[in-house]
Amino acid sequence: MSITKKATILAVGLGLVTLSACGSSGGGGESGDSRTVTLVSHDSWAASKEVIAAFEKESGYRVKVLKDGDAGQAVNKAILTKDNPQGDVFFGIDNTLLSRALDNGLFQPYEAKDADRVKPEYRADQGRHRVTPVDTGDICVNYDKEWFSEHKLTPPASFDDLIEPRYKNLLVTENAATSSPGLGFLLGTAARYGDGWPEYWKKLKANGVKVVDGWEQAYNEEFSGSAAGRKAKADRPLVVSYASSPPAEVIYADPRPDTAPTGIVPGTCFRQVEYAGLLSNAKNPEGGKALLDFLIGKRFQDDMPLNMFVYPVRDDAKVPADFARFGPQAENPQTMDPDEIAGHRDEWVKSWTSLVLK
Amino acid sequence: MDLARSEVAARGRRRQAAARLALMAGPVAFFAVFFAYPVLAIVGRGLKDGDGWHLARIGQVLADSGVRHVLWFTTWQALVSTALTLLIALPGAYVFARLDFPGKQVLRAVVTVPFVLPTVVVGTAFLALAGRGGLLDELWGVRLDTTVWAILLAHVFFNYAVVVRTVGGLWAQLDPRQEEAARMLGASRPAAWRTVTLPALAPAVAAAALMVFLFTFTSFGVVQILGGPTFATLEVEIYRQTADVFDLSTAAVLTMIQFVAVGAVLAVHAWTVRRRETALRLVDASLTARRPRGAGQWALLAGVLGTVAVLLVLPLAVLVERSLDAPGFASYRALTSADSGVFLVPPIEAIGISLQYAAAATVIAVVIGGLAATALTRRDAGRLVRGFDALLMLPLGVSAVTVGFGFLIALDEPPLDLRSSWILVPLAQALVGVPFVVRTMLPVLRAVDTRLREAAAVLGASPWRVWREVDLPLVRRALLVAAGFAFAVSLGEFGATVFIARPDSPTLPVAVARLLGRPGETNYGQAMALSTILMVVCAVALLVLERLRTDRTGEF
Repeated sequence: MSITKKATILAVGLGLVTLSACGSSGGGGESGDSRTVTLVSHDSWAASKEVIAAFEKESGYRVKVLKDGDAGQAVNKAILTKDNPQGDVFFGIDNTLLSRALDNGLFQPYEAKDADRVKPEYRADQGRHRVTPVDTGDICVNYDKEWFSEHKLTPPASFDDLIEPRYKNLLVTENAATSSPGLGFLLGTAARYGDGWPEYWKKLKANGVKVVDGWEQAYNEEFSGSAAGRKAKADRPLVVSYASSPPAEVIYADPRPDTAPTGIVPGTCFRQVEYAGLLSNAKNPEGGKALLDFLIGKRFQDDMPLNMFVYPVRDDAKVPADFARFGPQAENPQTMDPDEIAGHRDEWVKSWTSLVLK
Repeated sequence: MDLARSEVAARGRRRQAAARLALMAGPVAFFAVFFAYPVLAIVGRGLKDGDGWHLARIGQVLADSGVRHVLWFTTWQALVSTALTLLIALPGAYVFARLDFPGKQVLRAVVTVPFVLPTVVVGTAFLALAGRGGLLDELWGVRLDTTVWAILLAHVFFNYAVVVRTVGGLWAQLDPRQEEAARMLGASRPAAWRTVTLPALAPAVAAAALMVFLFTFTSFGVVQILGGPTFATLEVEIYRQTADVFDLSTAAVLTMIQFVAVGAVLAVHAWTVRRRETALRLVDASLTARRPRGAGQWALLAGVLGTVAVLLVLPLAVLVERSLDAPGFASYRALTSADSGVFLVPPIEAIGISLQYAAAATVIAVVIGGLAATALTRRDAGRLVRGFDALLMLPLGVSAVTVGFGFLIALDEPPLDLRSSWILVPLAQALVGVPFVVRTMLPVLRAVDTRLREAAAVLGASPWRVWREVDLPLVRRALLVAAGFAFAVSLGEFGATVFIARPDSPTLPVAVARLLGRPGETNYGQAMALSTILMVVCAVALLVLERLRTDRTGEF
């Protein structure tokens, strides 16, 4: 009985201690002060410490970053909480999902200071300036050079090639419903084949395409050309990834190879543009505006490529030589008009899901 | 004199009825605000726009082949998981009930550990066992991840204890002499078992089967990690439709479907529980177990021990082994740095955060569940109270994911702007803990002799004083057990927490899931290490409970 009594006292005591501890630490309280500006983003956000520190020094704001899951989920969560957002600026919505955010009133208008330095092809929402383009990249099929030379097989060069019998069971892609490269690849096929894309996917499925949930799994566990994939004895030499994946394989390798172990399949690229915007109901709109100015300022745009492996959108930004050498931008990527994406995306994803996954 | 006494008794009864209503008010309010309101809010967001409800969506969603596929898969895998669990666990129930062998108490604790483990940990363990580069892959090149087998085995792993405890607990108390009497009267052994033991066990088997069905029907973490893009239960699909596809109306309809299905299962469950309360001649469990006799019983014992070793111990052992894979505890050391870029804080901090949340959730769940159990104590309760009982069970089966989303959009206005408050997560976790508290406390409270209470009341004690002087001393231990369960359940809660835990304060299961979703061996190692820590914490909590436990007829 005395043990029980002790345990009771202990339990009650623990509860009280905990409650008081929680009360004081406030596990993640709101930064309600006007000197802090909060950036909500996806997990891939990265920037050099020096660049952020320079912004903080010049503007007088402290930057807080909330990485809120992968791209699609971060967007959806931001929309769900838009009446009372978790931050001031959202970065990382791309052209494939842009209409969803705009239709749901996620952003308030603000024209960033250097908006006219953005290359014209990347500008969006010209009438209202609810978003600011920040970076761009291409979603392309990557191939494992070593695998193809070992098997004396020419790598594919286009969407059409991917349904050829000689490339059977070689491609892994991502779920278009849950992953942004997966969705980009689907939109690429829709741009290329128009209404015939379901036919194309039926052939792709018959040719043994494998679908996994997210990019990490596809690239690091299924793709034989990535460093992690080689370790995991992955067995698919074709993966839907980014044009910037080959330079990443070089820059992060130790020792550095002279050429990238992987290459891109040129005819399979889809151009992606990522935007940032000032959240409606932001608690610190002034800080948010300063942060948006900074995101398309020259300093950040120059710093970006080797942090996030994307291309800048400013016409005067410098791309590091290594980056440009190993991962040039695709020549003629598939593109799609934002209105076209807005009108069809959800129905396409639905049809794709029942066609490919069920 | 007599009149006066009956007057006092009647007044006592009236006072008790009033007290019961007062007791129910707290839990009812809690459920209204933190369960019904958020769920209705998110369902409403999906099915309402400016001009009213769009109930036509229900038909459209039901007609969708993809949705039908999910429904079919959810039901099918739950049925198969339940059948498999019964098949594998019933021999275990017999062994625990009827055989006595050294180490039995330890083994009982071992088989219960999986049940309190977070689903994320179970998913991770099976990934380490049967995924790419897992143990089976290394040994024989067998990979079960993204096949339905991994999911089914994980479900059996989880629910083995439910069957062993529910069925074994009753079996241990059945009087063996009844079966012997039937044999004396000329029945063969199978016939005696069929006509005497089986009918007595049937309600317990049914109740266990329904519980397992309920848990597997609403499975989230396991399927999320092991299912890949092809397999989705309703719960996973609700999550995907909300978090990925942003089709809130489909998610809302799916939530309603799940609600109806779970309500039906719970109704049947309540009915079997009532059936189970019919009088059986029960004896003390310690009298019925004997040392194994004969080759058959020894073989059975060996078979059960083998099953436990392969199915329950091996996955967890692999998990621990993987977490130690990197030399010199590197995976554990990596947990202390925030450099991985997954979170704003070192993953190790998730442990402290989780423990705080779980402790707060336990306090809430014990208060609410304790009030509810006290209100439900008297057996002569009317229909109103029975409905209340069912209400308390609903959070077990209503989509936790939906509750999480509901919290996010419903509790964002003063006076209840809790979204940026740390209390949000414990509240969601407590919802799941309350049913466990009620189920643990109720049998004990009901076993308290009413005449004790009546005597105290007649002597003029207030209901509060009666509770303090009569009930509390008798149920203190059950209260602790209930608290332990609530703690373990809160610690592992994933479905509701995954969306409302803030990036700067992840709970352990959320941290594990995030780490698993990131590339690279260090992240994988860290996920395994965190899972191991979580498993140890849950197991320790459980072993402490086992020491405290007296009554073995409870539900869990």
